[in-house]
Amino acid sequence: MFQIVRSTHEGEPSLRLEGDLTIYEVTEAKAALSAALDQHPSLPLNLSGLEELDTAGVQLLVWLKQEARRRGRTLTLFAHSPAVVEVFDLLQVASLFGDAILIPPASPSLIAPSVS
Amino acid sequence: MDLDRAKQTYIIEARELLDSMEEALLIVEGMSEPEEPINAMFRAVHTIKGSAGLFGLDGIVHFSHTVESVLDRVRGSGLQLTGHLIGLMLECHDHLAQLISDLQSALPETAEVTLAGEGILARLAPYMNGGLAKAAQAHPVEAAPLRPKAGAEPPGRDCWHVSIRFSRDVLRNGMDPLSFVRYLATMGEIVHLASIFGNLPEREAFDPEECRLGLEIELDTQAERAAIEDVFEFVRDGSEIRLIPPNAKVEDYLQLIRELPEEDRFLGEILVAGGCLTLHELEEALKVQRQESYGDGSVQGRRLGTIVIQENAVPPTVVVAALEKQKKYQERQAQELRVVKVSAEKLDRLVDLVGELVIAGASAHAKAGQAGTGSASLLEATVTVNKLVEEIRDNALSLRMVQIGETFNKFRRIVRDVSLELGKAIELEIHGADTELDKTIVEKLSDPLMHIVRNSIDHGIEPVDVRRARGKPESGTLALHASHESGSIIIEVSDDGGGLNKNRILAKAIERGLVKTGANLSDQEIINLIFEPGFSTADAVSNLSGRGVGMDVVRRNIDELRGTIEVETEEGLGTTLRMRLPLTLAIIDGFRVEVAGASYVVPLDVVIECLDLAPFLESEHNHLVNLRGEVLPFLRLREVFQIPGEVPARERVVVIQHGDLRAGIVVDRLMGEFQTVIKPLGKLFKGAKGIGGSTILGTGEVALILDVAQMVQLATERHGPPRNSQASLTESA
Repeated sequence: MFQIVRSTHEGEPSLRLEGDLTIYEVTEAKAALSAALDQHPSLPLNLSGLEELDTAGVQLLVWLKQEARRRGRTLTLFAHSPAVVEVFDLLQVASLFGDAILIPPASPSLIAPSVS
Repeated sequence: MDLDRAKQTYIIEARELLDSMEEALLIVEGMSEPEEPINAMFRAVHTIKGSAGLFGLDGIVHFSHTVESVLDRVRGSGLQLTGHLIGLMLECHDHLAQLISDLQSALPETAEVTLAGEGILARLAPYMNGGLAKAAQAHPVEAAPLRPKAGAEPPGRDCWHVSIRFSRDVLRNGMDPLSFVRYLATMGEIVHLASIFGNLPEREAFDPEECRLGLEIELDTQAERAAIEDVFEFVRDGSEIRLIPPNAKVEDYLQLIRELPEEDRFLGEILVAGGCLTLHELEEALKVQRQESYGDGSVQGRRLGTIVIQENAVPPTVVVAALEKQKKYQERQAQELRVVKVSAEKLDRLVDLVGELVIAGASAHAKAGQAGTGSASLLEATVTVNKLVEEIRDNALSLRMVQIGETFNKFRRIVRDVSLELGKAIELEIHGADTELDKTIVEKLSDPLMHIVRNSIDHGIEPVDVRRARGKPESGTLALHASHESGSIIIEVSDDGGGLNKNRILAKAIERGLVKTGANLSDQEIINLIFEPGFSTADAVSNLSGRGVGMDVVRRNIDELRGTIEVETEEGLGTTLRMRLPLTLAIIDGFRVEVAGASYVVPLDVVIECLDLAPFLESEHNHLVNLRGEVLPFLRLREVFQIPGEVPARERVVVIQHGDLRAGIVVDRLMGEFQTVIKPLGKLFKGAKGIGGSTILGTGEVALILDVAQMVQLATERHGPPRNSQASLTESA
């Protein structure tokens, strides 16, 4: 189940993505996030609630980043969940976003259960 | 392609592979040249793992990876396939089967199953190259090196370069490129990986369900080209896949750069980062190319979906091998299409209908015959129809025929497991596995057969030390044998064990009150006591047999199939249980006879000959006739069924054979061949001796089908224990 929850990040409005972001959710997510991008000149996305991410989900995030650049907006990703970190690592896409990925100390052991 | 359907295909394929793995495991023990079965096992596990990777079934990939690695060591590094390892491999097989069946019922993997799997892996660990640590490392994610090794040499060109642009439909087809990456990571080390999304379309033009991912991967692996290609088998359509083998020329990479749609420098930098090219080589190449190309530095990429193989990039043999593989795959697909799976229920319904058709056809034929001389053409037509019906009947019945081999093969595992449990050494021999019989019979035979086999292992074959003391080979032999004999099928289970102890059987039977003390029983009668309800010779009740299910249940099962069972045993040498079963349950060729105006049917295939019962042939007192010097016991159907009425002047004898025994049945008239659809008798007639079923004649009358086994028994019983039918008259007189 995918959900977008409004919240704030460092005083700015931000969106928190929750649940799974996979091929099943990307169409719906694209519409919502594209609209949000139009509304906010600067849009931080909190990824801590993402439980599953597949290639379609990664691709959507990459597209958002590109759209932000094309529309003159700023999109940042923060609080990557273990699932996100794992997939970003696997596809080596972190550099496409340029956001800092903070790895909590216990994260290595958290990654494994999310995929097995 | 629909994901669920692809998954179903995977499940079916995996099951077949697991069967072949089990088969290989069971025959491999003690083989002098076990290469073939070992390769079969390896291929099975390898394919299961490969396809599981494509579906992102990490649990299966994880487990089968270790199994595959161990098998690979058996195959390549001379690791001995000991009895212990075979046992362990069988457990691996069972665990995989469990995972697959959980997948089918869409159950999540339970903690229990996972734990069991980990337990097996831990026990496999000693067989792995560096022990446990290595085994754990096989986990796809942990094994995936996420960054180039720090401080290591630039990986250079000893890696496979995998370049793939996925088909736009990959995601929609239910496949996730992530699984391919995870799976590749299990084949070796991903030294470098770059994801290429390029410039995704703007706003509405971007369809998030379309896959626009490309991957450039440096893979350090020992795997063959074909194995790497296999990974992408499911996505080959529409995707652009290029493989550059290790130690390729700079040219090959430059060609790749040229062929791919992305900008040359962008790709070039990825290759430099991956260590395929040095920066200098790239600069040189781009410089040359710029001079050759259209001036703006861009070179047109090739058509999507083509995999260009340059002679110097791929050894020609590899190409040939790949082509051959593809051809084989297509052939296999074609073969699969030639087989149609039909539900057994539909088949049963068809056979039922054919049965009705046979009756109706016979009825039409009879009516046409009665209509008199004017209806010659009608009669001819019904003859043609009947002939066709007969063919349909045979065809319909043959649809239900299956080879018994599959049932026999199930026992390989059971024999192995049970003999291990009991500490006995037993070899299973199978003969006549291609013998065909009706599916319903095979199904109903499975339980009694299992019981007999377990009995043989448990009580029949002696423990090793006893066998040694008796001067027998340490390893006992259990043989399953199937063959056809005059319209019935014979199944034998024989062992070279201790045989049945007649004194013990008799003592037990007396103790249980089955026979009276001092009763005068023949050896065969004593042995047949084991089929009496409530009889069990097992001194100790083990968990294998002696579960309250005795040989009486076996005999009842066989009786229900209209079969018979007999025991041949020699003390100290072994026991053979012989089951004689009809080929089919539904329709038989019958021979119709009449007594006092009522019809009876004898199965045609037991009829040997028919003759007149001339008064001088008969010695009335002991119901014996002299048939060309042989003693033939006979009985009058009239007497057996107590039918009143006048005995005609000339009676006829139908000579029937059951097993080794022959007997004559005396009837009033012979009516000839008749296709008989067997209808079971109601409960009321269960106790009636000599009747096996009923059928409906063309005229609508009911005819009783004689139970040949009981008839022969009745006829011979009056003369004491069964005697050899070949005995001459003078000897028996």
